[in-house]
Amino acid sequence: MSDQLSAWQLILNGDPALFAIVRLSLAVSLSAVALAALIGMPLGALLGLTRFPARSVLVVLLNALMGLPPVVVGLAVYLLLSRSGPLGSFGILFTPAAMVVAQTILIVPIIAAPTRQTVEDLWAEYRDELTAMDVSPVGRMTTLLWDARFSLVTALLAGFGRAAAEVGAVMIVGGNIDGFTRTMTTAIALETSKGDLPLAMGLGLVLVAIVLAINAAAWGTRVWSERQAG
Amino acid sequence: MSRFSSLASAVLVATLVHFAPASAEEKSIVVASTTSTQDSGLFGYLLPIFKARTGIEVKVIAQGTGQALDTARRGDADVVFVHARAQEEKFLAEGFGVKRFDVMYNDFVLIGPKADPAGVKGKDIETALKTIQAKAAPFISRGDRSGTNSAELALWKQSGIDIAATKGPWYREIGQGMGAALNTAAAMNGYTLSDRGTWISFKNRGDLEIVVEGDRRLFNQYGVMLVNPAKYPTVKKELGQTFVDWLISPEGQSVIAGYKIDGQQLFFPDAEKKGT
Amino acid sequence: MRAPASDLPLVLDNVSLQAGSTTMLDRVSLEIGPGTPTLIVGPNGAGKTRLLRLCMGLDAPSAGRITWGGRADRAMARRAILFQRPVMLRRTASANVAYALAQAGVPHRERAARITALLDRVGLSDLAQRPARRLSGGEQQRLALARALARDPEILLLDEPTANLDPAATRGVEEIVLSAARSGIKIVIASHDLGQVRRLAGDVIFLVRGALCERGRAEDFLDHPTTTEAAAFLRGDLVI
Repeated sequence: MSDQLSAWQLILNGDPALFAIVRLSLAVSLSAVALAALIGMPLGALLGLTRFPARSVLVVLLNALMGLPPVVVGLAVYLLLSRSGPLGSFGILFTPAAMVVAQTILIVPIIAAPTRQTVEDLWAEYRDELTAMDVSPVGRMTTLLWDARFSLVTALLAGFGRAAAEVGAVMIVGGNIDGFTRTMTTAIALETSKGDLPLAMGLGLVLVAIVLAINAAAWGTRVWSERQAG
Repeated sequence: MSRFSSLASAVLVATLVHFAPASAEEKSIVVASTTSTQDSGLFGYLLPIFKARTGIEVKVIAQGTGQALDTARRGDADVVFVHARAQEEKFLAEGFGVKRFDVMYNDFVLIGPKADPAGVKGKDIETALKTIQAKAAPFISRGDRSGTNSAELALWKQSGIDIAATKGPWYREIGQGMGAALNTAAAMNGYTLSDRGTWISFKNRGDLEIVVEGDRRLFNQYGVMLVNPAKYPTVKKELGQTFVDWLISPEGQSVIAGYKIDGQQLFFPDAEKKGT
Repeated sequence: MRAPASDLPLVLDNVSLQAGSTTMLDRVSLEIGPGTPTLIVGPNGAGKTRLLRLCMGLDAPSAGRITWGGRADRAMARRAILFQRPVMLRRTASANVAYALAQAGVPHRERAARITALLDRVGLSDLAQRPARRLSGGEQQRLALARALARDPEILLLDEPTANLDPAATRGVEEIVLSAARSGIKIVIASHDLGQVRRLAGDVIFLVRGALCERGRAEDFLDHPTTTEAAAFLRGDLVI
C-alpha cells in the first residue's frame, strides 16, 4: 500500500491491497458470527429453558464471559494450534481459519447470554400455549428462537461489532501476514507502529463506516421483516 | 425445522472449505522475523522479487527477535531472520536451528529531541548514555527481548551502567516494537535507540532527530537460520533452504543493497556463505 | 401422535390444590362425560381457572387423583385449551395453524388442505396471510380456536374466552364453539358470564371458594338453584 495517499483515496482508486484487507476482515468476522450463532443460540436457548441445580452459576459465568479479553483468547488459541500444541497437526495457525476459530470463541458468549435472557423472558409468556400444544423440548427451543428473531438480531450485531473491532486475537493467531492474515484492525495497528498515523486513522474511519453500513442494513431488514411478520 | 438445520450445515461446510488451508499444495514458507525488517519496508521490496524468481510465497510474522525465536522453538516457523547474535547462538546451541548465516548489517542510531536537553549530540554512544543516565533524561526502552533491545542493554553495560539497578522514572520500558517506541519518544520528547532502517521510514517524527550515529559500537548484524527439521518434521526444509540460499546469494545480496528510501541505502549485505 | 384411547370421562377424585398456605381447590370430586357443553361458573377467585388447568393437565393437584378415560397419565394428545389471552406466534395466521397441525403430528402433505378448512371454519379465510399479531382481539381468539381444533381434540377447554371481547366478537366465538359441540367435541368453558351460561351450557359446575357448591343441568341451575350461594350468585349478589 502506498503510504503517501490517504485511506479514502485508496478506496476511491480501488486499491487492491486495501480491498483485500477489507474482504478478509469481513470474511473472518462474518464467518465467526455465523458459527458463533450456530453454537451460541441453541446454547442460550437451552440454558433459558432448563432448570437444574448449578444453573445460576452457569448463567453468571456466561454473562461474565462476554467480557473475555480478546488477547487472552488469542493467546489460548495460539497455544492450542501451535505445532508444539495439542492441535498443531491441523496446521491452521497463521491462517484465516485460526482467526475465525479465535473470534468464534470470543463471541459465542456475546450471542448466547442475551439469547438466554430473551428466551427465558419469552418462555414465561409462551409456556402455557406451548405446553398445551404438546411441543417437544427441541421444538420449544426452535419456536422461541424464531419468534424472538428480531431481538436476537441485536445480539448478532453485538457479536459482529466485537469481532470486527478486536485486534488482540487476530494479531496473535493470524500473525498479521501481508496479503494473508492482515485485517483492518491489524493493518491499523501496523501503520500506527510505523508512525503513519494519518493512514492508520483513515483506515480506522473506513472500518467504522463499514460496521455502520452493516448495522444500517440489519436495521432496515428488521423493519421490513417486522412489517411482514407483525 | 429440518430446513434450518440443513441451512446451518451448509454455512458450516462453506466456512470450513473457504478457510481450509491449502498449505500442502501451495509453495509457501513462514518466516519469523523482526519488526525492524518489516517496518523499514525491506520485506515489501524483497519478497515480491523472491517470489517472481522461485514462485515461493513468503509469509512473514514480524515480532521482536526474542519472540521470533520462540515462535520457531514452538515449530511455528520455517526460517528465522533476526538480529541478536547472542540469542541466535543460543537458539543454535539448543538444536533448533540448522546453520546460521550472516545476511546484512545496518546500524543503530540514538534518537533524541532537536532541543537536546541532555546535551548529548555528537558525542560517542557511551558518553551519551552516561550523560542521559546522570541527567535522568527521559529514555524509552523497548523492553521486549528484541534485537534492538538486546543491543541497548548491552550498550548500557558497556558504558559501565547497571541499568537494572540504576533505572528510575526517567527510564520507560514499554514492551513494544520500534514504531511504538518512536511514537512514545516523539510524544514525550525523549531519547531512544533505534535501528536506522526503521527510523528512515518512520513518519511520526515530531521533534526528533538523530543525535548520535556512526559509532562502531552501534553496528547491528542480521542473521538467518533454517529451523531444524529434526525437531519439527513439518518444517518445509527445501523451500526454507531455498530462501536462505537466495538471501546469501550474490543476487539476493544485491537486491538487499538495492533497497533505498529517499536515495539512502538502509541495509548493507555481508554474507560470507561459510555459516556457523 | 393420535392416541386411540379416549380422554373421557374426565374424573376428579377428591382433588385439592394448594398454593403456599392458601387452598385454591378443596376436595373437588366430579365427572365430566361426553355430551353438551359444561360450563364452570362462580365468582372471581372461586378457582375456575385452576380447575380448568387441572382438567387440561397443565398443572398437577396437591392431593387427589385426576383420570382421563381411566388413565392417570397427563399426556394431552386429545385435549386442547383456549386461554383468555391467547399468545400469537410471530408469523401469519395461516402459519399459526400450520404450526398447531405440525405439533399434532399431521403429515406435511395434508396440512395445506386442513389449514384452509380450519380457517374457513373460524371465518378467517380472508386473513390467512395477515401477521397474527396484527389481528383484532376477536380475530386472534378465533385463530386460537383454529389452532385448538387443529389438534382434532376430544375435549376443548376454554378459559374465559370472550371476557375481553365485544358482543359481535363474542357471538363469532360462541358460534364456532357451538358448531364444535355439535360435531361431537366435548366443550368445557370457565366463565363468569351468566348470559353465556344461558346461551351455551348443557350442564353447570358451580364453584365457591375452591369447593364444588352445586352441579346440575343448566336449566335446573339457572331456574331452580338448590344452594343459597347459587341463588345469591344468580341474583347478582356478591358471594363472599
